[in-house]
Amino acid sequence: MLLNYLKIAWKVLLRRKFFTFISLFGISFTLMILLVVYALFDHAVGARRPELHTDRLLFINRMILRGDGSMSSSGVGYSFLKQHVSTLRMPEKVSISEAYPISITLYVGQQAVKADRRYTDGNLWQVLDFDFVAGRPYSVAEVRDAAHVVVLNETIARRCFGTAAAAVTQAVQVDGKPYRVVGVVRDVPTVRELTYAECWLPVTTTMADLRDPNYLGDFQAIVLARQAADVPAVQEEYQQMLHRLPIPDPKQFQEIRSYARTLLAHYMTNHNNDAGQDGDAAHFWRQWIGLGLLFMLLPALNLININVSRTLERAAEIGVRKAFGATARRLVGQFLIENMLLTLLGGVLGLLLAAAVLALINSSHFLPYAELGLNVRVFGVGLLLALVFGLLSGAYPAYKMSKLPANQALKGGAAV
Amino acid sequence: MNQFPTPATQPAPVVAAAEAVIQLTGIEKIYQTKTIETVALNHVNLSIQRGEFVSVMGPSGCGKSTLLSIMGLLDEPTSGTVAIDGRAVTSYSDRELAHLRNHKIGFVFQSYHLINDLSVLDNVELPLLYRSGVSGKERRQRALAALDTVGLGARTRHFPSQLSGGQRQRVAIARALAGRPEIILADEPTGNLDSVMGEEIMDLLLTLNRQQGATIVMVTHDEQQALKTERIIRFFDGSQVN
Repeated sequence: MLLNYLKIAWKVLLRRKFFTFISLFGISFTLMILLVVYALFDHAVGARRPELHTDRLLFINRMILRGDGSMSSSGVGYSFLKQHVSTLRMPEKVSISEAYPISITLYVGQQAVKADRRYTDGNLWQVLDFDFVAGRPYSVAEVRDAAHVVVLNETIARRCFGTAAAAVTQAVQVDGKPYRVVGVVRDVPTVRELTYAECWLPVTTTMADLRDPNYLGDFQAIVLARQAADVPAVQEEYQQMLHRLPIPDPKQFQEIRSYARTLLAHYMTNHNNDAGQDGDAAHFWRQWIGLGLLFMLLPALNLININVSRTLERAAEIGVRKAFGATARRLVGQFLIENMLLTLLGGVLGLLLAAAVLALINSSHFLPYAELGLNVRVFGVGLLLALVFGLLSGAYPAYKMSKLPANQALKGGAAV
Repeated sequence: MNQFPTPATQPAPVVAAAEAVIQLTGIEKIYQTKTIETVALNHVNLSIQRGEFVSVMGPSGCGKSTLLSIMGLLDEPTSGTVAIDGRAVTSYSDRELAHLRNHKIGFVFQSYHLINDLSVLDNVELPLLYRSGVSGKERRQRALAALDTVGLGARTRHFPSQLSGGQRQRVAIARALAGRPEIILADEPTGNLDSVMGEEIMDLLLTLNRQQGATIVMVTHDEQQALKTERIIRFFDGSQVN
C-alpha cells in the first residue's frame, strides 16, 4: 500500500515538473533562509565558546549620566568597575577588560602584523571558556605583577610563528615593549563583539591611567553568576549599588543609568540609550517570530494552491479508488503521504542549500573568523512547520474530494 | 466466482440461481440546482438475478449511467432502496459501502479510468490494495491471473499510455476481475472502441458470464451487443419502459 502511494507520489512529482519545482523551491528556499538566519543569530548570541555559559553571563559595558538637557554615555571606567562591581557579593566571578578591541601592530623581529587587542584582567580566563590550542592563560598573579605576557588567537599565532605550538614562549613587541607569548586560543568570531580580540594583554601593562576615578571609561565587566537562577539577583544587586553611589557632578547630572545585561539583551539594545535592562526581549521575540511565520506563510499558501489544483486534476483517480473500495480515510492518508514526501524532499534540499550558503559565508571572510554551522533544532522546527503546512494543504483538498460521491469524482469532480 | 478458467476449458453456461443479487425498489434520483430540478430516475423497480447478463439501453441522458452508479453504490438515490444480496444498504456508512464495493462489485468504465502513473500490474492490483488480509505476493498472483484471463499476461510492466484502446479496456476488465467480485458493472465498455475491438471485449464479458457465472450489468448503445445478453432493460426519460 505505502509503496503504491509512494510510487504514485513520485510519478506525480515527475509528471508536473514545473509545479514540483515551484513547490520544492518554495519549501527549500524558505527553510534555507530560516536556517541561515538562525545560524547567524546563534553565532552572535548562542552558547558558544568563549561565552559558553550564556545563561550565567552578564555584561556591564555601558554607562549613561543624565541631566536636564545633557547626557554623557560611554564604556565604564576601570577604577569604577574594580571598586564597585568586582566587590559585588552575588556573582561567582567578575572580569574586567577593554570594552572595545583596538587595532595595534605586533612586531615579530622585523615582521609587522596587524591585530585587534584587548587589555584584560586575569579573571577573564575563568569567567569565559576560551579554547586553548597551545600554552596557557596568564594568571591573576601575572596581571597583578604587570608581567609582559600575551595570549594570541590561532590565526595571528600562525601568521607570526607558523604554528600555534611554535608561538608559545616566543617574543613579540607591542607598543615598543617586549611581551612573551604564553598561550594560543582558537579564533573568536568578530560578531562576538564583547569577547572578540586577536591578542589579549594584562590590563596592568596598559599606558592608560587605571586609577582615573571617572565613572565613564573604556572598560567593561563580564560577570559570571553562580547559577542561571541568580542572574536577576545579580542584576538587582548592581542596580542597588548604583542607587547608593554619589552622582558625579550633580549640577550637570541627576541620574546614573547602567545595566548588567545578558548577551541577548546586549544585542537587542543595539546601543539604544533608552533601552532597559532586558532590551525589551518580548518585543524582540514577537517581532522575529512574527516575521518568521509571515515568511513561511508565502510558501504555505503556494503549497495549498498547488495542492488544490493538483488534487483537482486527479479527481478521476480518486473516483476510481473509491469505486474499488478506498474509504475516505484511506484517500486522505494517500494524499498526506504524497505531501509528506514532497515536503521532506524540500526539507532535504533546504538543508543542502543552507549548508552551501553557510560554507560560502565562512569561506568568503565576510564575517571574520565565522564558523557558521547548521543548527539541528531550527532545522527540525522548520521542517516540522513545513510538514504541517504540507499536510494541511494536502489534507483539505483530499478530504473534500474524498467526500465527493465517486461517480462525480469520476467525471472530474466539478463540484469541488 | 471462485476460480479463473483454464484456457482449455470449453465455455459452459452456469445455471443461475433464481435469487436477486441486486434489488432496486422505488429508486428515484433527482439532481437539484438553484433554478432547475432534473429527474434522472423515476421510481425504478428492478431486480438482477445472480449469474444474469443484463443490458441497459436507452438514449443519451435517459438515466442509464445514473442507474449503474446507484447499483454500484457510487451514488445515493434521492429515495428508494438498494439491496445487495438481499440486504438494504441505505444506512451503510462510507466504510461499509467501500467494503461492499471492494468485495462484491467490479467496475468497467467507458473511458477505462486506468491510473496512468501505475503499471498495468499495479492498476490490476488496485482492488486488492484495499482488502485486508491479502499479502503482496497473493495480490500479485491474483492480478497476474486476471491479466492472463484477458490475454494480457505479457504486458504487466507496460503503462496504460503504451497500450491500445482495446488493451486498456482489457486491463480495466482484469482490474474488475482481480477482486473476484460477484457483480460486474460495465458502463459502455465498448463505447470508445472500434467494432473489432468492441467485439473482442464483448466476447470476453460473455465468457466471464458463462464460464465463471459473473453477474453482469452492461450499459450500451449497441443493439447488436445487447441482443447477445440474456435480458435488455430499456430506459426513457428516467423510467424503465419494458
